[in-house]
Amino acid sequence: MSYITEPLSYPFMQRALIEVMIVGTLCGLVGCFVVLRGLAFIGDALAHAVFPGVVLSYLAGRSIMIGAFAFGLITALGIGILSRTRRVSEDSAIGVIFAAFFALGVVIISRQGGFRKDLGSLLFGNILGVSATDVWATLIVGAIVVVILLALLKEFTLVAFDPTMARSAGYPVFALDVLMLLLVSATIVVSLQTVGNILILALIVTPPAAARLLTDRLGRMMVASVGIAAGSGVVGLFISYHAATAGGATIVLTSTAVFLIALVFAPNHGVLAGRWARRRGRHHVHHYHGAGEEVELH
Amino acid sequence: MAQPGGSPDATLHLRDIEVSYGASLALGGVTADVLPGTVVGVIGPNGSGKSTLLKAIAGVLSPSRGTIRLGAQDIRERAAQVAFVPQREEVNWDFPVTARDVVLMGRYRSKGWLRWPGAADRRMAESALERLGLSGMGDRHISQFSGGQQQRIFLARAMVQEPLVVLLDEPFTGVDVTNRKVFHETIQEFARRGIIVMIATHELGEVQETTDFVMCLNRRMVAFGPTPATYTPENLRATFGGQVAVFEASR
Repeated sequence: MSYITEPLSYPFMQRALIEVMIVGTLCGLVGCFVVLRGLAFIGDALAHAVFPGVVLSYLAGRSIMIGAFAFGLITALGIGILSRTRRVSEDSAIGVIFAAFFALGVVIISRQGGFRKDLGSLLFGNILGVSATDVWATLIVGAIVVVILLALLKEFTLVAFDPTMARSAGYPVFALDVLMLLLVSATIVVSLQTVGNILILALIVTPPAAARLLTDRLGRMMVASVGIAAGSGVVGLFISYHAATAGGATIVLTSTAVFLIALVFAPNHGVLAGRWARRRGRHHVHHYHGAGEEVELH
Repeated sequence: MAQPGGSPDATLHLRDIEVSYGASLALGGVTADVLPGTVVGVIGPNGSGKSTLLKAIAGVLSPSRGTIRLGAQDIRERAAQVAFVPQREEVNWDFPVTARDVVLMGRYRSKGWLRWPGAADRRMAESALERLGLSGMGDRHISQFSGGQQQRIFLARAMVQEPLVVLLDEPFTGVDVTNRKVFHETIQEFARRGIIVMIATHELGEVQETTDFVMCLNRRMVAFGPTPATYTPENLRATFGGQVAVFEASR
């Protein structure tokens, strides 16, 4: 029991615990749409592109969220506009521009003396250094993101599943996509302090990927994803405290462990379930995108 | 046969439609009036602009020239009444939704923002699934259906949308004989209710059986008219060029 109570006697651990639960909830929820709309690459680009903003506000002695928000906003809109012009392949354009942003951030901070220590905490997060103001900011931004996401859940779902039909029915698909990028961007920004620039994508993508293995229903997937992300956050935080390891990386590895367990043991999609079904001579019918086989179920 | 029984307000007017991808012209010179309750087959070789035309009518692509009106209004103002059924390959069948969830998506637009489908919408979805021979299967994940059944789920979604125009993009791909029967019945039912059905297909065998009108495309409109008068060897030769020999031999 003291494994849990002892660390919580420190205010910094109490703040860290609340922070990881909020961040986990947010990443788990938004991550579902990052995975389902195929935005993982763009999410990664977003995380890298906010870095100069993080560096500038850090050097100015302000909360890193301010600069990150500014760059996140610019980047989300930039990606939206890029995806509308067809001159350069969208992927290449995103790769070129946002990797450059990241390099810019590193160059700026390398001009400062003793930059290695600072660079480390910005790149990998510093969960134990979270202030009460940070927790409040995360909570408020997180609440706004969750409210918008749930209010437009039916539209985001339709656009992720069948964007062509959504457009034909008159939905503003482009605006919804840009709004989703803004939500992803806000999620990344408030999560930076916890897991840092490099690892944030793992916390956004891994929990929903694990949750998808556990269920075929979107609602349940969202609940499971939030549970896995927040749970990994809490468990990872305690492990990192006792094992004296880096917080953000330990949290990410905890969620990876959950993913691997789901991959093996998930009731329908797991490796073992597949084996079991094959041994019983029953094929688990699964039509992946573009599969040509025809199997009638009766 | 064409039964122009619906209101004249639901006539589809295509005027000199032209669609370009960047600098290259994908389709041009499409002019046609389609009365309510007409089933139109859109045929042509690969890359002739069949899918492009349907997507332009659906508002997925913007024509670089011309107008598309439904009754007196621009069709984009009546987008909710245009049901588009995409090619099966364009959708991610691993998406975590059930057949019923997909059908209910057809009700989203009429609900507007912030409101979710209710009990009445669920009943509509259930009856549409039933009419397409999928009763009792609404709770299944969409990956657990055959290609033909997946197309039927999409038809059910189009049905609950209460459309005036239904656009089917290559609906017969991977659909077996049993499924085709349900398809034909559903298309006829749409037509009886005064709905315009446009079917882009490379399966010429379907044209005579299913359609009232036929539109021949080969990057421009080669012919448009009632099927018996338009589905002629001359028009097919003009549309398909050398490929028509193969078609005639196989008849």
